[in-house]
Amino acid sequence: MKNILIFLQQYVNLICFLILQVISIQLLTTSSKTHETFVANISNEFTGSINGSFSNLKSYFSLYETNRILAEENTKLRNSLAANFQTIPTSVDQATDTTITDSSGQYRKYTYLPAKVAGNGFTGQNNYLMLERGAKQGIKKGMAVVNAAGIVGVVVETTDNFSKVMSLLHRNSRVSAMLKKDNTTGSVEWDGADPSYLILKNITRSTKIVKGDTVLTSNYSANFPSNLMIGTIAEVALDPASNYYVLKVKTSTNFYNIQFVNVIDNVRYKEQTELENSNKNQ
Amino acid sequence: MSPLVKNIMRFVLFIGIQVFILNEIPPLHRFIFPYVYFLYIIWLPFKMSRIGLMVLAFFFGLIYDLFTGTTGLHAAACVLMAYARPHVLSILIPHESTEQSYIEPSITSMGWAPYAVYAGILTFIHHFYLVLLEWLQFGSFGYFLGKVISTSGISLLLIFVAEMLVSRKGRYRMNG
Repeated sequence: MKNILIFLQQYVNLICFLILQVISIQLLTTSSKTHETFVANISNEFTGSINGSFSNLKSYFSLYETNRILAEENTKLRNSLAANFQTIPTSVDQATDTTITDSSGQYRKYTYLPAKVAGNGFTGQNNYLMLERGAKQGIKKGMAVVNAAGIVGVVVETTDNFSKVMSLLHRNSRVSAMLKKDNTTGSVEWDGADPSYLILKNITRSTKIVKGDTVLTSNYSANFPSNLMIGTIAEVALDPASNYYVLKVKTSTNFYNIQFVNVIDNVRYKEQTELENSNKNQ
Repeated sequence: MSPLVKNIMRFVLFIGIQVFILNEIPPLHRFIFPYVYFLYIIWLPFKMSRIGLMVLAFFFGLIYDLFTGTTGLHAAACVLMAYARPHVLSILIPHESTEQSYIEPSITSMGWAPYAVYAGILTFIHHFYLVLLEWLQFGSFGYFLGKVISTSGISLLLIFVAEMLVSRKGRYRMNG
């Protein structure tokens, strides 16, 4: 017994060091996977509110840039107004059939929810954004996040008034993408090197690719609507080990100055993912 | 100002500077990231117990982690730094005289060369461990070494600037 006490006394520093190391590494490994931890919930509300007030201050410095982007978006929306288009009057009046057509032919699949960015990271290997809009305002896990220029990421964690978004600049980020010109699908990832470039994988060599080709989101994604801008191809390279290209994609979103985003709510997201996952388990 | 109040203020200040100023700088290169927050641990008083040092470093790192969303990553690196600090100090300075007469490590209390070596070793330990923990998930060896060395260089530059800006008078410790 005495020997044990002497031993403890001798190595108390080392033991304390090891305990603290184990706690931190435990925190590191669990926090990135399970997002429902008690600590994360409280601390996100706290740091989120500090980040929020700081971002309020910071947004004054980029008012000019934000205005420019809004003006550009306005022009784009005005140009797509129905009033700008005139159909060529070639049709002839015909007696319409009085049979009632199916009135439930259309349903709303996506809803756009605006949100202010309260924190933004792009310097690490795994980057997140904080949004000042949370579960109480209708944000749910898995929703897609876009801004005026292109897609931004996916919601991974929500608290009452804030939500955390896994940016495209995250090593676990994977978004189904396609080439605009022939709808070849691949997946967009990030190699951790440069925040302005993503990597497009799984495009076979038989596809003809030119620098500047547009990359859009594909139809296969559960959270992203199709045909949203991701970026343009900046560099074409062949993967020597496989039959696929490794394409560098210049992001259309500027990750350095994101101020406002839209969160996309897919009404049938839950139904679709449930079905996908039930197939996997069998 | 008492050392306790001074260190509490430094705690808030270092995290604030790191989170709200240095983390906002657009990345110049993927190797370069300006870290300076751990200077807090370098500046802690000589007389702290080793366990106290490690526990304080743990909470310091953890609070910084909460802002960056990497719970535990910086805390682990800070704890290792705090563990190594007394070892490095005992090699570099004459034990009795300095620790008796000065409150905390600084250029005036240790001298230029020993202080530079002390800050350099602890900075390197911090970055080595930090990148190692990140590297377990991602990267190659050349990338790893390049990142550790270049980030340490930037940090040492920032520490040098901080030493120039903040005049820490090498005040003698009162007896008793």
